[in-house]
This record gives sequence, structure tokens and C-alpha cells, in this order.
Amino acid sequence: MSTAQMDQLAQISNYLMGSAFVILSIAFMCHVAEWIAARRRTKVAAAVAAGAPQEVTTDHADEPPVADRFVGVAVSLSVLGTILLVGASITRGLATQRAPFGNMYEFGMTGTAIALVVYLVMVWRAKIQWLGGVVLAVCLFILGMSISSYTPAGPLVPALNTFWKYIHVGSIMIAAALFMVGAAASVLYLVKERAEARGQVSPVLDRFPSAARIDQVAFRVNAAGFPMWTFGALISGPIWAHLAWGRYWGWDPKEVWALITWVVYAGYLHARVTAGWKGRRAAWLALAGFVTFIISYYVINLFVSGQHSYA
Amino acid sequence: MSRRDERAGELGPVELLRWSWRQLTSMRTALLLLLLLAIAAVPGSFIPQRGVDARAVQAYYLDHPKLAPVFERLGLFSVFSSPWFSAVYLLLMVSLIGCIVPRMGVYARALRARPPRAPRRFSRLPASAEFATSASVAEVMAAGRAALGRARIDVVDDGDTGELRAEKGYLRELGNLVFHTCIVVALIGVAVGSLWGYRGNVIVIEGGGFSNTLSQYDEFTSGAMFDPDTDLEPWSLDLDDVLTRFYVEGEQRGAPKLFRATGSYRAGDGEEGRFSIEVNHPLSVGSEDVFLVGQGYAPVIRVTDARGEVVFERAVPFLPQDATYTSTGVVKVPDVDGDQLGFQGFFLPTAFSPGPDEPSISVFPGALNPRIGMNLWVGDLGLDDGVPKSVYSLDTSEMTQVEDGDGNFRVDLGPGESQALPTGGSIEFVELRQFARFQIGHTPVVWLPLAAVALGILGLTASLIVRPRRTWIRARRDGSRTVVEVAALDRVPRDDLPADLDAFLARLRDGLDEQGTPGEDEA
Ligand code: HEM
Repeated sequence: MSTAQMDQLAQISNYLMGSAFVILSIAFMCHVAEWIAARRRTKVAAAVAAGAPQEVTTDHADEPPVADRFVGVAVSLSVLGTILLVGASITRGLATQRAPFGNMYEFGMTGTAIALVVYLVMVWRAKIQWLGGVVLAVCLFILGMSISSYTPAGPLVPALNTFWKYIHVGSIMIAAALFMVGAAASVLYLVKERAEARGQVSPVLDRFPSAARIDQVAFRVNAAGFPMWTFGALISGPIWAHLAWGRYWGWDPKEVWALITWVVYAGYLHARVTAGWKGRRAAWLALAGFVTFIISYYVINLFVSGQHSYA
Repeated sequence: MSRRDERAGELGPVELLRWSWRQLTSMRTALLLLLLLAIAAVPGSFIPQRGVDARAVQAYYLDHPKLAPVFERLGLFSVFSSPWFSAVYLLLMVSLIGCIVPRMGVYARALRARPPRAPRRFSRLPASAEFATSASVAEVMAAGRAALGRARIDVVDDGDTGELRAEKGYLRELGNLVFHTCIVVALIGVAVGSLWGYRGNVIVIEGGGFSNTLSQYDEFTSGAMFDPDTDLEPWSLDLDDVLTRFYVEGEQRGAPKLFRATGSYRAGDGEEGRFSIEVNHPLSVGSEDVFLVGQGYAPVIRVTDARGEVVFERAVPFLPQDATYTSTGVVKVPDVDGDQLGFQGFFLPTAFSPGPDEPSISVFPGALNPRIGMNLWVGDLGLDDGVPKSVYSLDTSEMTQVEDGDGNFRVDLGPGESQALPTGGSIEFVELRQFARFQIGHTPVVWLPLAAVALGILGLTASLIVRPRRTWIRARRDGSRTVVEVAALDRVPRDDLPADLDAFLARLRDGLDEQGTPGEDEA
């Protein structure tokens, strides 16, 4: 491929990334509209109930509630946005002639694409579209951070360019995608559990499954992420480091934080079976784990120098 | 707190010890130790670590002269070998072993045990059902066995009543034990590797060589059980050529494309060969590995005295400071007409002057327009103090800078050029060579931690996926029919148990091959 073609592909990738961001933002707004609609509808129902109690049972019984239609639109837009984002990653990979995760921009782009695919597969298999608003919020946040660290398309320094790098970053990305969906579920769990405990489940929260069910989803996703993370951070990472730098573990800041993330998620899995730590505290641990991941992904790259800082 | 805990204060020493042990190996302690380990590791990522970047620690001392000694005392410059960090992970290890060993005993007994008897009332279990069939008790038992598939099954059948007890999912606990054991093994592997291993760093210039003895290393660290005098394998290498390629166009102009060091080596057993070391492609000599971890420029510099005699001629490595390979270096000439000279300055591989009177900068890492710019000091280089001095830094505390007319004297040379020195004599940039920085090391059992973690992941996956489940079938003859009760219990509660039970019932009744009255789900 000629340089001109590659530049063109890189340009296409940028356009796809931009449109994906816009579409996903609209999808997110549909979820917000869903919650607003849910609140409005119960208000109307309550007003009707106050005025004419006999009419309550006929409340929009045969048409799908507005809120549900918003969810439908949101999911369709999420599918579209995900396709665009996957396209952006692929064209970027073609433009650079390598797997598209050589720097933080690409890592965020491809990672979010994987996260959304994971989420959509779970929507298809396990009907978890109730998680959509939170998942999209986190995805947009990460995409925003990636765009803020935009790097023009280009080749990699030789140390980064090996088979093990792809294995390593690929598994880290899948694990991070799972942790992200898990963190979204944990946030929801904390909110819903609190409402349930107080006996004040608002109409918006009522659209979500029970706290116990959310907790179960959170656990499964995080539990699936943990072995992936173990493989990425503690097997393929050290192998790659050994080949590139002659040592498999060097307490580089990024390595330290990968280990911290691992340890915190191990703590989460333990908390789930420890009396007194189940439920709320475990959910907080899962969130702490995700925060440690964000630190190693973003903060360390930008503010602490180490062999992993790509810039 | 349980009552037993409260009474701990009144117990004798043996009980106290036992109580402490129970506390240490409890799940809650494991959890707290894990969190403590995570927190303890944090400072190690924000404060420079001596084992990672010794120069950054020195810089920290200069920037924070008050704080640094305090950090030093707290072990914050070497967190991962500090007593408090070691204490946390050793406690975690003890807790882990104390946790694994008894559970292995329990597991071994569970492996030999038979599935437990059915509880009296199935309706109390999380999922149960009842239906009637015309099949006999023995047929129900046989169909149950078939429908359960792989499980440990006991059947008690006396013709009129029968009970089937099944248990499956033994792999879960096995996986869990394997995983935790593997963590211990991996850590033992890491410990062995660092105690008996070593790692060193050396700069070799094109045309130069290296032989594997301690004195030849620029930096060297080894574990407590490694004796550099006897344990280093005798081998040597000669470096012929360092090849570097950079991208010359596009957005990534200047980004490195290829680094390769070629030459020949001679192993301790007499084996000889050529090598070509690239990033990610180390050379193995005996049990040791040679990695290419960096490269840079080493201009050959010649200094002559006032009589024209050569007093210094050597390739001097300049250490790259940034992506354009702007490099810093020092030339120490111990005897020029009785003086000691020290040159200190920059090497620019592609020098470019943005404007008149502005200092040149390097605009490309490849050597397209190489230039050296240095200042000159005379005085005491401090070579005789007995304190080892780095060859890459100049201690100017006992020296004075040489001036020339209206300012400091400046050496400014391209290849082949020479310049007269105000002190007499001259300096010449003879030619440009490159150097390679090799990391050489040996880590015993390097495969052990990796293999352990890999096996650990298999165990972990098993323990997360496998679900231990107990299933009971009770059949009782009632006139011409058989009343069948079925119940299931998950050792790890999950919400899909009722659905699973429905599926099981369907399989069971398929096996009985008849359409009995619909079962009443009592779950
Ligand atoms: C480096 C330290 C440790 C790590 C990384 C770790 C990690 C894990 C993980 C990831 C799990 C969940 C997966 C599974 O069920 O197999 C787990 C479960 C478990 N761990 Fe640990 N662990 C550590 C130390 C300990 C210690 C010290 C104990 C003993 C007190 C312990 C006891 C257990 C038990 C009993 C379970 C099973 C819980 C259940 O029944 O689901 N672990 N551990």
C-alpha cells in the first residue's frame, strides 16, 4: 500500500471514530430520555389515579411504553455506533499495517469497541439493555480521554512490535472491556440496593432488575474478566517484557498498577464469599478495581515515566 | 465477634497461638492482606525506585533534599524489597499456605465421601418438583441416573421406595486449590530467580568487545545467592556493527524502525558463532541471554598536546537524552602537558541551527549532520580520590571553565574537523561510531512462575465455571403409579437453578418415555 493510501485510510478511520462518538452520544441520550419518560409516565399515572381511580388499570396498556421505545432506539444506535467504531479500529489497523493498539488513542478506541461488542452480545443473550445507559456513559468517557490523547497514525517503535505484544494487549483489552461492563453493573447495583433497602424505589430505578440480579450480572462479568486479566498482565506481559527488555518483571509503574488491579479484583472475589463483605462492600471493591485499571491506563501513561509510557 | 473471639484473652498460650492461627488463615484476613498489599504497592509507582531507575533516585535527592532522607529511612526508594512490604506478602503467603493445607485434607475426604442423603422435606430446598408416572421405582431410578449424566450417584432402592443421591462439581474445589497452590509456586519461582540470578548492563562500541566478568559491566545487580566471581560464565563477544534505521517520512518521521547489533561471540565451552541481536531477538550464550536494550553514538575523539603528540584517542559514548538522540557525554583527558582536561557537552546526530546565534538542536535521530558541542574545564578530575567516578559525568567542583575572548571556550566539531585548544594542543573529531547497550542476565527457573500462573488460570477458570450441585430423586409406589419427587441444591447459589431443574425434569421424563400427569412445580 502506498503512503497516500495509508494516509487516506487513516483519514477514514478518524471520520468513523468521530461519527461513532456522535452516534453513541445520541444512544446515551436515548437512555437518558428513557429514564425521563419513565418518571413522567408515573407522574401522569399518579395524577390520573388521584383524579379518577377507576382509570388506572387502562394506563397505556396496549401500546409499548414510551420508555421502552427509547430503549429500542438506544440499542439500535448502539449497534450502529459499535459497527462504526469497529470500522474505525480496522481502518486504523490497515493504515498503520499493524494491530490497532500501539498507543493510548488506539487502545481506547479498540478497547471501547470490544467493550461494546461484549455488551451487545450480552444484550442479545442475557437481555441486559438496562445496563446500556451506564455502559455508554463509561464508553463515552473513555473515548473522550482517547480523543484527548490523539496520536497520528504511524508505525511502532521496534520494542513494541511483536507477536506477544498483540497477545498481551489483546487480552488486557478484553479483560478491561469485561471489567468496564462489570463496573457499570456494580454502580447500578449500589444505587438500586440502596433504594431497595430504604424502600424507595423510584420509577426510573424500577426499570432495572432487582439488586440481587444486578449483583449476579456484575459478578459474572468481573469473574470472567479476572482470568483474562491474569493472562494479560501476569503471563503474556512478562513474556513480552522478557523478550523486549531482558527482564520479565521490573516493577515499572505500569506493571505495579497492573498488579494492584489484579490484587484488588482478587480481593473482590474473596469479598463475595466473606461474611460481612458480600454485597455493598464487594461492589465497592469491584469499583476500586476498575479505578486502579483507569489509573494504570491513563494516569500512569500521562504523568509517570516508565518503559511503558508510549509517548 | 463470636464468643470464642471474646474469650481469647483468657486462654493459655497454646490456645492463644491456635486462635491467632485461625485468625490469620481466615478469609477475612486474606481479604484484608490482599487490600493491604495493593495499598503498599502504590508508593512504589510514584516514587522513583532504585532497582528500576537509580538515576531518578539521585535526581529526587537533588530536587527534594529534605524529603529524600526521610523517604530513604522509610524504604520508599526500594518499596518492593522493604521490610514492611515483605511483611505484608510474607503474611499473605503464610495465610495462603495455612489456608490451602487444611482445605486439601477436607477435599481429600470429600473426594472419598458418598453423596449425602436426601433431606426429609424437599419443599424447603431452593428448587423442587413432583410428578407421577406409571413407570416402576427401579425404572425411575435408572432414568434418573441416565438424565444426570456425569455425577457421583448412589441409589437406594427397595422395590417400593427408592432414593437417588447425586453430587457433581468436585472440580470446582480442585480448581480453587490448584489456583492458590500455583500462586505459592509462582512466588517461590520468582524468589529463586531473583536470589540466584543476576542482571547487568554494558555499553559496547563498534569495533570493541565484551568479556563476561564483573569489572566489565557498567551496572550490575545480583541476588544474594549469586557470586559474581565464580558464577559468571566465561564468554565474550566482539561487536562489528550497529545498524539503526529510522522512518524518514510521514507523521512518524524519526521513529525507530530497526535496531540490530551484529558481531561474533565465543562461548565458555569453545563454541563460536556470529550473532545478530535485535530488539525482541536476544542472543543466548550458555545459560545467559544478551538483549539489545539501547544504542547511541560514540564519536572517536583525539586530543594532542602542544608538541603534537596524541594524548587521548578513543571512541566516547554519548548517552541519548531524547527521541532525536540529542546526547550528552564527557571526555576526560588526565594528562595534557601536566594539566587535566575535562570536556562536557552534547552530540547532535542531525544538527540544525534555527537561526543565527541560536544554539543548534538535533532534528533527526539518524546521523545526517553529526556535530559535537562541548565546553572545557581544567583542574582536578578527581580521578585519584579513590572514589569511583562515573565516566558519564564530570565533577567540576575542583575545576575551572576555560574562557576564550568574550565568553566560554566552545568546541564545535563535525567529523574530520579539528580545533586548537586555548590551553595548547588540539582536539579532533576523527570519525563517528555507534554503540550498543546490552542487557545481560540469567534468571534461573524463569519458566516456573509463568508455568505456575498458566496452570493457575486453568484452575481458576474451572473453579469459576464449574458449579457444584446436589440432586435428589425420591420415588414411592402409590397404587398403580409412582410418585416422583425431585430436588436440587447448589453449593454456590445461582438464580438459574429452577430453570435447570425444569430442564432436568424434561430429560428425566423423556427417559421414562411416557406422558404422565403434568408435574406440579413446588419451587
Ligand atoms: C495472593 C493471594 C490470593 C489470591 C490472589 C487469591 C485469589 C482468589 C480468587 C481469584 C478466588 C476466586 C476464584 C475461586 O473460587 O477459585 C479465590 C477464592 C478463594 N480463596 Fe483466595 N486468593 C489468595 C489468598 C487466599 C488466602 C490467604 C486464603 C485463605 C484464607 C484464600 C482462600 C480462598 C477461598 C476459601 C476461596 C474460595 C471461595 C469460594 O468458595 O468461592 N485465598 N481466591
